[in-house]
Amino acid sequence: MTLHTDVPEERLTDLIGKALANRSFFVGLLIALAVAGAALLSFVWTPYDVARLVISDKQQAPSWAHWFGTDHFGRDILSMIMLGARNSIAVALVAVGIGMGIGVPLGCLAAARGGLLDEALMRLNDLVFAFPALLSAIMITAIFGPGAVNAIIAIGIFNVPVFARVARAGALSIWPREFILAARAAGKGQTAITLEHILPNIATLLMVQGTIQFALGILAEAGLSYIGLGAQPPMPSWGRMLFEAQTRMAVAPWMAIFPGMAIVVTVLGLNLLGDGIADIIDPKARRQR
Amino acid sequence: MTAYLLKRLVIAAITLVLASMVVFAVLEIVPGDPARLMLGMNASAEQVELLRSQLGLNDPLALRYLHWAGGLLHLDFGRSYTYSVPVLDLVRERGVVSLPLALIALALSTVIAIPVGLYSASRRGHAGDAVAMGAAQVGVAVPNFWFALLLIYCFAVWLRWVPAGGFAGWGAGIWPALKSLILPAIALALPQAAILARVTRQALLEVLSEDYIRTARAKGMPYRAVLWRHALRNALIPVLTIMGLQFAFLLAGTVIIENVFYLPGLGRLVIQAIAQRDLIVVESVVMLLVAAVIAINLIVDLSYAVVDPRLRSRE
Repeated sequence: MTLHTDVPEERLTDLIGKALANRSFFVGLLIALAVAGAALLSFVWTPYDVARLVISDKQQAPSWAHWFGTDHFGRDILSMIMLGARNSIAVALVAVGIGMGIGVPLGCLAAARGGLLDEALMRLNDLVFAFPALLSAIMITAIFGPGAVNAIIAIGIFNVPVFARVARAGALSIWPREFILAARAAGKGQTAITLEHILPNIATLLMVQGTIQFALGILAEAGLSYIGLGAQPPMPSWGRMLFEAQTRMAVAPWMAIFPGMAIVVTVLGLNLLGDGIADIIDPKARRQR
Repeated sequence: MTAYLLKRLVIAAITLVLASMVVFAVLEIVPGDPARLMLGMNASAEQVELLRSQLGLNDPLALRYLHWAGGLLHLDFGRSYTYSVPVLDLVRERGVVSLPLALIALALSTVIAIPVGLYSASRRGHAGDAVAMGAAQVGVAVPNFWFALLLIYCFAVWLRWVPAGGFAGWGAGIWPALKSLILPAIALALPQAAILARVTRQALLEVLSEDYIRTARAKGMPYRAVLWRHALRNALIPVLTIMGLQFAFLLAGTVIIENVFYLPGLGRLVIQAIAQRDLIVVESVVMLLVAAVIAINLIVDLSYAVVDPRLRSRE
């Protein structure tokens, strides 16, 4: 599939060169790869086995043996963070998938059809936006039971209107273009035009929003598991590590500091990545930064 | 102007009605019988049945919705199953913690963000801008409850300036009450300030690239005057939008922070009510917050018309 853009098509090597020259993108990519790598690595290896509780090692300060210290069960915090990354990434990624999977078709449909359907879909959007996302996610997970799956659904629902809005706005800006007119003159239907011309042209826009929602999903998941409504033990999660650290702040502050840093660094990386992509595709925005 | 106002009002009203249906429907499908919960496990089936009919739990769905929604209009939320007091009393009692908390946080966030945004925009590309925006970039990534833990460690555990949690109550005097709200407010405000500062800077830069700014400068108007008189006013729309969203977020977002600091606010009330299956409390608080969000959005929409005269004449 080719990209139909008004700017002359760039060679892939140029694009990669431009991307790597963009500081936000480069740093963001490095962080994202490091976090994903740590999560993948945890499937085959972690510094310590977190299933084994070594009470004699409990609440040890950071040292060469335990870089990030140990928790109240003597578990290695670094190993817990690596396992927790798996949970955070899985929840946020699937929640973005839900948001895109439902939101993008709805947004494209609204843009293609217009009229009453568009109005109805956008009012439905307003309706979801009226619900405070975090509180509603808390309500959903509390009602249907705590756990990673319900957390994913709760976060995913609130991604739907976001992607619907972005896809609609993007699609609306593409529809009046000449090449769409040409495609329509050639007898192509709305579905074919949307799939072949609209989607490729709003893909980068969706990617930028995707990284933002990914980052927000990680924050939301941490919040839910902090109040006990996310992933359940024994699956380690960053939010619950912070909850367990809270009452031990005075004696073992590292139990709170490192999982929190993991969240900050991951979210920061994703935000930088999103900013970077936006910079690369929209040079006007770059000048203003 | 009138058409614009009317359209906004109608949309807000429709959203409110639909939202109330959603809240009602979601809690309809919740497992667990409130009557059984109130009476406990030892109650007989007849007793439960009697209470069910007293509470109106056996009425048809539509009737129960109308009854509930009608009550909301008169601020009659019903009685809490577990506390056995009117829900309105509970909401009042907890609201005096959550509302001031959200307001203080919003004020803090605005007081920090607008000057930082102005400074950054006026020094675009300089070191000061880079430092401020770097800090904002990090601030956006910080989960407020983690920041809250660090604040507790620093100011409550280590320096012992403020209590680590709990709420003295307004009855104990303004100062002790404020002292227990200040850390939660800072924790809530800082990540929001980071977002607002970025939005302010971006909005200002967009306005500053407009032709009329160049004209004003060319006429010899000093940069500072341009920034204050033309740019800030025109940049207000996106800034107001985000502030509205943030206030809504802060109202609901106090849930987790209230848990960190053991504050007896609306958020903790909801979480406790969910655990105790006190559905009428959950329904009422969620509905109140949704209404607040809709009202705030409406106010923001209307303030556009005040800030931007073009909107008044267009529709």
